[in-house]
Amino acid sequence: MEQAEKIQSIVERYSSGKSSLIAVMQDVAQEFGYLPEEVLQDVARRIEVPISTFYSLATFYKSFRLEPIGRKHVCVCVGTACHVRGAERVVDTLERELQIRAGETTKDGNYTLETVNCLGACALGPLVTVNGEYFGKIDQKKTARLLKQLRSQVEADGGEAGAADGGAS
Amino acid sequence: MKITPADLEAIRGRMEPLLAPRSDHREDAGRGKRLDLLVCAGTGCVSNNSLKVKTALEKELEKHQLQDDIRVITTGCNGFCANGPIVVVKPDDIFYQLLTEEDVPHLVEEHFLKGRPVERLMYRLAENDAPIPRMREIPFFGKQQLIALANRGLVDPENIDEYIGLGGYRALAKALTGMTPEAVIQEIKASGLRGRGGAGFPTGRKWEFCRNAPGEEKYIICNADEGDPGAFMDRSIVESDPHALLEGMLIGARAIGARHGFIYIRGEYPLALERLTQAIEQAHDYGLLGEDILGTGFSFEITVSKGAGAFVCGEETSLIGSLEGKLPEPRVRPPFPAQSGYMGKPTNINNVETWANVPHIINRGAAWFSSIGTESSKGTKVFSLVGKVVNTGLVEVPMGISMREIVFDIGGGIPDGKKFKAVQTGGPSGGCIPESLLDTPVDYESLAQAGSIMGSGGMIVMDENNCMVEVARYFVSFTQEESCGKCSPCREGTWHMKNILTDITEGKGREGDLELLEKMGRLIKDTALCGLGNTAPNPVLTTIRYFREEYEAHIRDKRCPAGVCKALIRYLIDPEKCTGCQACFKNCPVNCIAGERKKVHVIDQSRCIKCGMCHSVCNFDAVRIE
Repeated sequence: MEQAEKIQSIVERYSSGKSSLIAVMQDVAQEFGYLPEEVLQDVARRIEVPISTFYSLATFYKSFRLEPIGRKHVCVCVGTACHVRGAERVVDTLERELQIRAGETTKDGNYTLETVNCLGACALGPLVTVNGEYFGKIDQKKTARLLKQLRSQVEADGGEAGAADGGAS
Repeated sequence: MKITPADLEAIRGRMEPLLAPRSDHREDAGRGKRLDLLVCAGTGCVSNNSLKVKTALEKELEKHQLQDDIRVITTGCNGFCANGPIVVVKPDDIFYQLLTEEDVPHLVEEHFLKGRPVERLMYRLAENDAPIPRMREIPFFGKQQLIALANRGLVDPENIDEYIGLGGYRALAKALTGMTPEAVIQEIKASGLRGRGGAGFPTGRKWEFCRNAPGEEKYIICNADEGDPGAFMDRSIVESDPHALLEGMLIGARAIGARHGFIYIRGEYPLALERLTQAIEQAHDYGLLGEDILGTGFSFEITVSKGAGAFVCGEETSLIGSLEGKLPEPRVRPPFPAQSGYMGKPTNINNVETWANVPHIINRGAAWFSSIGTESSKGTKVFSLVGKVVNTGLVEVPMGISMREIVFDIGGGIPDGKKFKAVQTGGPSGGCIPESLLDTPVDYESLAQAGSIMGSGGMIVMDENNCMVEVARYFVSFTQEESCGKCSPCREGTWHMKNILTDITEGKGREGDLELLEKMGRLIKDTALCGLGNTAPNPVLTTIRYFREEYEAHIRDKRCPAGVCKALIRYLIDPEKCTGCQACFKNCPVNCIAGERKKVHVIDQSRCIKCGMCHSVCNFDAVRIE
């Protein structure tokens, strides 16, 4: 489907009016992996809501991203249960090894590192998810092992070359 | 198909023999006939591959042609998350834990072909203790009393007939055909049910305000945007028994006079969302949602809205703002949502657990419900018991039980022989309760007196290796980040508190900091606009109140007694214990460990970044924190 058609079909799913803006944005994020500016511009035009409104919502809520996501989306749960079991050390290790801060994506587009406030699987804490797959009871040692595994996967998938277009398609 | 109350009973009759193996009292009657294997498919167990165990079970049973006699059923969260994946065999009530696919062939052959339950896969209190075969005899379950979680682990959440078979929607039929809306409200009022989302406002009175508010159009909302980190009560209820929530809302809608409801569910809960959507579809198919429900003329629709990640949405007026597509900033109350809520219409908000209690109260009566609990706090409360506790999981206990019973009897105490330090209740805006107050009964007033709150039910246990100053910093960082920024006490106040606490953890604390924190904390509590700000200082105030010496050690002696705060600790290698295995040497990310094979290693303190990797990789406990 063409981009314009995709956008039209999302917009048509909801009744007009402000109350469905968040749902529209969630569907855009689902479709494109993040909220690309040109898509938001297009949506804003179609439903006649200023782009500034979208921007204000997108930056208030945690789950919206304005940039594409890396091919490995590494998410560390820093909810209280994970925190008291040492999640911060896991974040430190990942930040140091990937040379990015939580919330950032590596320049080659291979990794996005994020923290999340609770995944609700506290028995497995500290918990890391990579593209939705769970890695529970993780410590620095296991984090290092996990990174090694991810690196070899990225390499096998063609590494940087294939990541040039990030999450956008 | 649109069903009537008589059809409900017919479905129940049809389901009864099918569900018989799951009722405990039929333990012997069902034996030898048919077994149900209840596989936990809550988020915790699924993350631990319980669905693979399920598939393996089905395959193996088929291989032995047992599939007609032994059914495999996926249920919602069993609660004992620490020991997942879990399978419970009904009617025998045999509890198997920590299962893997590899265990399945042996299990099927031994238990289901030869009739010899497998002890190796059963629960034990300690490694060398005798196994405890039956679920109800395991102490974790023993002291629990289930109301909101009555069907947990018993019902297939994706099958409405099972819910009906276990008595579901009977309360709705009763409320619609045998009670006036006023009588429903009276029953809820008499039961003493209070809001389970945090503040504990009496539910019946809240409903009454909304019913009596002028206006034809009214709304009800279920807050399922469980924002407290370390809490998953609502997720579990929605995952394990979504129809209980729908039934509670239907009864509430009828009592209040609402035709439309919303469920605002957290975006990070994909499984719960899926089950909920499915449950709504099934309820629609039976005409339990929509027009003319059960042929009584009552109509009700539910819309599901997915949250986008904002803690402040736990506040009623913020949540309403979010549903309206606005920034979720709280506003001044009054007017309360009961007068002016969604789109300016009278609106009633309750959280998932509150709604899930409602059908039970209607079915069994206010007198039964109010016989459980304490004078002012009736019924039960669901807690997610997490952190440094052996039996991590979800528990439902009668109000009035002591913290000690929850942490030690149900929770099994602290792992690895460590010492208990504190338990934090009420999420990031709750307080930390020390050992001296462990006998505090769990009710709204006692918790408030201890400086904490009931909150929605997060209960985080901490041991001697947790630094209370650092924990306070963690919570305030959380609330500061989640503060919407509308009112200055919360926006500026939490920011300053966070900075002062960060300074203390980095060894830059000053005399007078504690007094300043206390003063600011009280001020923020008194002046912030909404519940988020009103409670944000709680973790700081309670930790100063109960762990003052720990703060003073940081400020005066520049020492972190728990060995957590990086700026105040050193990693040292114990020459007595070091075997020279080179594990730390190889793994140190900054190569600051020197040492040859089989010789004692040494850390170069000037280059050490205190990442703790050496401590984590050492197999001989030779790296210590000073």
